[in-house]
Amino acid sequence: MSSELRYTANTQLEHLHARYTGTGHADLTKYDWLTHQHRDTLASIVGHPTLTSFLAIADGEAMGRVKFEMTERMLQPCGPPPRKDED
Amino acid sequence: MHLYNLTLQPPTAVTQAIVGNFSGARQQEIIISHGTRLELLRPDVQTGKVSTVIASDVFGSIRSLAAFRLTGGTKDYAIVGSDSGRIVILDYDPKTSSFVKLHQETFGKSGARRIVPGQYLATDPKGRSVMISAMEKAKLVYILNRDAAANLTISSPLEAHKNSAIIHHIVGLDVGFENPMFAALEVDYSESDQDPTGEAFNNAEKMLTYYELDLGLNHVVRKWSEPTDTRANLLVQVPGGQVASSDRFDGPSGVLVCCEDHIIYRHMDAPQHRVPIPRRKHPLEDPSRGLIIVAAVMHKMKGAFFFLLQSEEGDLYKVTIEHEDEEVKALKIKYFDTVPVASSLCILKSGFLFVAAEFGNHFLYQFQKLGDDDYEPEFSSTAYPSFGMEDPKSALPSAYFRPRPLENLVIADEMESLDPILDSKVLNVLPNSDAPQIFTACGRGARSTFRTLRHGLEVEESVSSDLPGIPNAVWTTKRREDDAFDSYIILSFVNGTLVLSIGETIEEVQDTGFLSSAPTLAVQQIGADALLQVHPHGIRHVLSDRRVNEWRVPEGKTIVSATTNKRQVVVALSSAELVYFELDLDGQLNEYQDRKAMGSTVLALSIGEVPEGRQRTPYLAVGCEDQTVRIISLDPESTLETISLQALTAPPSAICIADMLDASINKSQPTMFVNIGLQNGVLLRTVLDPINGQLTDTRTRFLGTRPIKLIRVQIQRNPAILALSSRSWLNYTHQNLMHFTPLIFENFDYAWSFSAELSPEGLIGIAGSVLRIFQIPKLGTKLKQDSIPLSYTPRKFITHPSNHYFYMIEGDHRVMGEDAVSKRLDELRRQGKTIDDEVVNLPPDVFGRPKAPAGTWASCIRIIDPIEAKTVALIPLEGNEAAFSLAIVPFAVKGGELHLVVGTAADTFIAPRSCSSGFLRTYKFTNDGAGLEFQHKTETDDVPLALMAFQGRLVAGVGKALRIYDIGKKKLLRKVENKTFSSAIVTLSTQGSRILVGDMQESVSFAVYKPPENRLLVFADDSQPRWVTAMAMVDYNTVVVGDRFGNVFINRLDPKVSDQVDDDPTGAGILHEKGILMGAPHKTKLLCHFHIGDIITSIHKVSLVAGGREVLLYTCLHGTIGILVPFISKEDVDFISTLEQHMRTEQSSLVGRDQLSWRGYYTPVKAVVDGDLCETYARLPGTKQSSIAGELDRTVGEVLKKLEQLRVTSSGF
Repeated sequence: MSSELRYTANTQLEHLHARYTGTGHADLTKYDWLTHQHRDTLASIVGHPTLTSFLAIADGEAMGRVKFEMTERMLQPCGPPPRKDED
Repeated sequence: MHLYNLTLQPPTAVTQAIVGNFSGARQQEIIISHGTRLELLRPDVQTGKVSTVIASDVFGSIRSLAAFRLTGGTKDYAIVGSDSGRIVILDYDPKTSSFVKLHQETFGKSGARRIVPGQYLATDPKGRSVMISAMEKAKLVYILNRDAAANLTISSPLEAHKNSAIIHHIVGLDVGFENPMFAALEVDYSESDQDPTGEAFNNAEKMLTYYELDLGLNHVVRKWSEPTDTRANLLVQVPGGQVASSDRFDGPSGVLVCCEDHIIYRHMDAPQHRVPIPRRKHPLEDPSRGLIIVAAVMHKMKGAFFFLLQSEEGDLYKVTIEHEDEEVKALKIKYFDTVPVASSLCILKSGFLFVAAEFGNHFLYQFQKLGDDDYEPEFSSTAYPSFGMEDPKSALPSAYFRPRPLENLVIADEMESLDPILDSKVLNVLPNSDAPQIFTACGRGARSTFRTLRHGLEVEESVSSDLPGIPNAVWTTKRREDDAFDSYIILSFVNGTLVLSIGETIEEVQDTGFLSSAPTLAVQQIGADALLQVHPHGIRHVLSDRRVNEWRVPEGKTIVSATTNKRQVVVALSSAELVYFELDLDGQLNEYQDRKAMGSTVLALSIGEVPEGRQRTPYLAVGCEDQTVRIISLDPESTLETISLQALTAPPSAICIADMLDASINKSQPTMFVNIGLQNGVLLRTVLDPINGQLTDTRTRFLGTRPIKLIRVQIQRNPAILALSSRSWLNYTHQNLMHFTPLIFENFDYAWSFSAELSPEGLIGIAGSVLRIFQIPKLGTKLKQDSIPLSYTPRKFITHPSNHYFYMIEGDHRVMGEDAVSKRLDELRRQGKTIDDEVVNLPPDVFGRPKAPAGTWASCIRIIDPIEAKTVALIPLEGNEAAFSLAIVPFAVKGGELHLVVGTAADTFIAPRSCSSGFLRTYKFTNDGAGLEFQHKTETDDVPLALMAFQGRLVAGVGKALRIYDIGKKKLLRKVENKTFSSAIVTLSTQGSRILVGDMQESVSFAVYKPPENRLLVFADDSQPRWVTAMAMVDYNTVVVGDRFGNVFINRLDPKVSDQVDDDPTGAGILHEKGILMGAPHKTKLLCHFHIGDIITSIHKVSLVAGGREVLLYTCLHGTIGILVPFISKEDVDFISTLEQHMRTEQSSLVGRDQLSWRGYYTPVKAVVDGDLCETYARLPGTKQSSIAGELDRTVGEVLKKLEQLRVTSSGF
């Protein structure tokens, strides 16, 4: 982190996180991190035509179907979030 | 090691296609994206054939394309969304025949990221704005307009972001001239991310949201947002807006929301209409499986519109909307036809449908009718309560149709596509071929093919007839200068000449004025209406009234060589003298007063055509026995003076001067080339300077083993040169660049142009005593494809060490095997159900096979004879078993007898990978390899994905385990195992006792087998994770690997480590060494790295040219075939790398991606030069070419020569 950021970071961190979805922070939970990873991966599969073809061939589905299912899975790729402990 | 990457065959998959008037002419064109390449296609309305106008690499990944036209304009522009973080507007400039970047606006980081727009594009139908969207959150709207000079302008972006929304699709609404509106299909995940009970997830709604661009306020607002079907995946624009001239409405506006099993018509403040997507009435159809629409196209005609939607099975549905002004009365759907599943559909106004298939060949169909009055059942929303929306949560009763062969469409053209290439082999098995062929396993499902690719142009023969003797030359000629077609065919034999007249039939004629008792040296239509024949003893000038003027050779001499054009004749006598004739204005042939003594026997002569509007061509090229070529002036000022001289390495056998266009040398006018064929089969091509007659820029090429003959011909009304040696080659101009390609046909002894009514663009050739008339239909293609159909997706194939057969395994997921199908049908019959045999027996290559649940497989083993191009034997696998790997193993305990081992698994699931049992099936070869005899089957605990022969035994990668098996009586016997691999072993290679193991996720490991202790030890691996897809050993310590993200890289093991491991007899040393980075004790070093942009499916180390260097040839999923060529010298590396650097700054990518960052997508480029970028040097404007060449201290010709030499010597292409 550059020195300039070090002083301004705290005030702007929240803003930055809102702006750049998917960036991590110190208090990131394992679940959040994993969900981000999966969403990034799924978006990358849909975004790269070769990867979509690759999956479609392996799975015997149409490319349109693969894209659809991948986008659907982005909603909750790693199941529901863990329960937060009260204490 | 430094490599030069060169694409031999660019990707053929089409990821998206758009239609529009891109050239601004009346004709519609199609722009297709090949993922990393843009191509403009022009369908010919008359012939229904598609031709490529231009294609250019974009050095980036194209994710979306859209066409738009400014209000009142006549020309369409293309907008490109890519991974460059930029929006680019392209214009096709027909003058220069290139794409021009009009605007390039940066909005984000590069890369196909989740929140950087580029994935979806939607344009306003009136061309006023465009929305570009990411997969999540980000949507930007740009306003498009004209400035005072009528240039296209683009505004700064307006944000229409919505946090934590996943975007499924966007589309521009047709609202006429009201404020532009866009519809988006979004799902919000913020609640599901917070709710541990999963209830929010289950209740998550998919919203159809309208965004309005307020042109007055310059602002985007969310206008309207309503939940729609949760399984919606696609939006289609519905026409709307008022017609300017009347108060009628074009349509109701709004969108079609394509959902699983349903289509919904939806618009703000309007009732919804819903119809089911009709399903196939097939006995094996699974009614619980949803059906989605994967491609859609809307077509507007005068006063009407309709939609064609395509389901994932390939069925097209015609959807129509009945409306009164803006009120929708009914939504109707019916089955239209079945075509291959498309990635994009385009309807042309001229009545064609372009289907860019997601896999396999693309098609152009012509509409025969629009399915208006047939008996196909139609489903209307009025037939259901509340237009099908009574209970939006529950499904409408299923609708069915009966699939049938095409009724509304007919195939007009087919574009060959290799996509996907799943495996390949490179070897020379075809007889009479001096270059290896590439055999590829292509396609998916029932449309799969096995293709043989040969370098060369396809030749289409139309006539072949036997002649009485063996002629040594053939000509055709017109009678008059302005005739459209040729009238005579003249054949020269050793002792005579035969003249045939071309009419309804081709027959011999006598009274033509030609001398028939002597052989002929040249034939020419000369002047306005005269003919000329050169024979060894004279020249006959046959006038139109059949009078003959004959010039006779002095006693004791003969003519040995002659060259002619419309006004000039030069002959060489046996006394090594040149005699020059020229036609005067009265049509008389006059001999020049002097003869030129050459001092050495003349072997070949050539003059070019008379340039338009001139009297004569000023240069004559003379090839002499003393291994020289001289350029002699024919200018009246200096007639027969020698201008320049070039020494050769062998006596010339033919010379041909031709004016041809080559944009890399001169963009505006043809260049005069002197082609010199030598007796040793080498062709020299030099450029003749039109001003001073000097020969420059010599390029050489080896054509074959026989002395070369050169013939000037016409190909598509442009001059071209046929070069005949032990192979026939054609040198022609295509898309303004010069190509040199062999013809895939019998060798010719002589050939000439042939133009008749039935074949206006033909060629005529003689081969032995056979006369052949032929055409070259597909100019510009470099590889000729011959294919044989397969049943299922090919997975792998191998060659046999002693016979020429190929053994291939095929398998398809979610497809029932033949045995399961017949069992199921029998069961249904027993239950008393009637089976519609016609539907069951529909050809699967068109209709596909019914989809079965995950874990169902159909698979077979096929034996292919590549020479005969046919299937020799087919062994289906039963019991839901699918084949994944195969190897031919000479088992040492059986005395080296060859066995085929096929790795299969039953009830396999892909993710996570599981199977009820894996098997290693062992077969013996019967019938000289044309058959297989089953021996036994060995169970394994996981899917065997890789098999290989190793020291008389079998090495198998079974899931995570690497094992060595030996053959037993009833089973294969496991001898040794290593289970340290992390995910799954996918590739294996070996040399000596070393085994290279490619892991699905963890790159390549080096293992060694130590027989004394029976140990299988991993001693080196890679320090980076790599998702290996293909691998080949370059040498004992070096491996080239392709990964799943489109990279190719080379890893090398330290030779010291290699020696140390080889010297350790028992492997105890390795066993006790400490691992590094939680892996093996030694790491390989990365030598080269390059991003290709297409997933490599196979790599081979081969030599593509007879006697040429070995190169690495790779094939990729989307149909790319390329090579990596090692540089020979340090100077070459420096030169080409500097050129590449200059090209990077000069040639900016069409999508705005930085070439260097594209080639270093995941890891920076290392020691690989991008040859595709360097080769665009030929297309640069002349000033830029010379400035770059100046920086390199070379001439433009030298740079071009170097590039051509790199391509030709390594690939022959």
